[in-house]
Amino acid sequence: MVVEISCEEVWREVSNYLDGEISQELRARMEEHFKGCKHCTAVMDGTRNMVQLVGDATAFELPAGFSNRLYQKLDRKLTKSHQSRKEE
Amino acid sequence: MLAAITLQVDPSEADLIERALLGQDEAFRELVRPHERAVFITTQAILKNEADAELIERALLGQDEAFRELVRPHERAVFITTQAILKNEADAEDAAQEAVLKAFTNLAKFRGDSKFSTWLIRIAANEALMKLRKGRRQKLHDSLDEQRTDEEGDYMPRDFADWREIPSEALQKKELRQALSRALASLTPKHREVFVLRDVQHFNIAETAHLLGIKESAVKTRLLRARLQMRDALAPGIDGSWSTGRNEYKQVRPW
Repeated sequence: MVVEISCEEVWREVSNYLDGEISQELRARMEEHFKGCKHCTAVMDGTRNMVQLVGDATAFELPAGFSNRLYQKLDRKLTKSHQSRKEE
Repeated sequence: MLAAITLQVDPSEADLIERALLGQDEAFRELVRPHERAVFITTQAILKNEADAELIERALLGQDEAFRELVRPHERAVFITTQAILKNEADAEDAAQEAVLKAFTNLAKFRGDSKFSTWLIRIAANEALMKLRKGRRQKLHDSLDEQRTDEEGDYMPRDFADWREIPSEALQKKELRQALSRALASLTPKHREVFVLRDVQHFNIAETAHLLGIKESAVKTRLLRARLQMRDALAPGIDGSWSTGRNEYKQVRPW
């Protein structure tokens, strides 16, 4: 017999549930709750999807010209480091 | 193999292992499911590490192209990290550049006990945190301080739109990238930095706590709020408005 759990309690544990940071007992209670609660199921599915979506850094925008500026700066540093090596 | 590890596991998993050993396949699936992501990330990382090790060796020999090649796949991750902490785009770009230069200068000190990307992101996070602290010393009344207190009330999900699957082609869409950036910008700095380190950069909870100098319990609390808020911010778009071009979306609210 699984002890019932409220929606509020489920929301508090959504994140720990995804990270596997909850006891087997709590997991079972939450899963029982999902069977009868489409709101909580939507919250859980959506959170899982969102985490999956952001898990790939390429999903984010870079400022225009970021790479160019980065490699220009890096190239200056690399040139300098070669020069100092030669001087040594 | 499974039988040999029963003594060292979490008691909550012991029961599942026992049932799996009795031939209950569902128990084994249940046991593995929470760790799928970790297994995938680990195997992928090992393959990647070997390629990185070779590039590092070449970079240390003075082959500049090797260092560029090493950094290029991670430039976005570096920027997202510094921006998560600093918010201001110009400061974030500055810190990202500094981090890459620092990685180059200190490359010989890289020991290979973590992935190169982890090491690089750690440098980026530290660089951004240093900049943040410097900025705070200059501005005594920095509003960030107010936002960085540890008070946490419960966060209530606001949107119950059903969101089952992410269409994979959506990842290529510019609108999705912009929506993600906007959603991220809507988090407070303390939630954003935890969220980015944990969910975008895949640091575990202990590492995230260590990097930011906060308790693991604080990481968990902030992560929960950040994730729920991110879902609220993104669910409607995924649910329809991005693909249909309409601004309204289906809402199923209990109040």
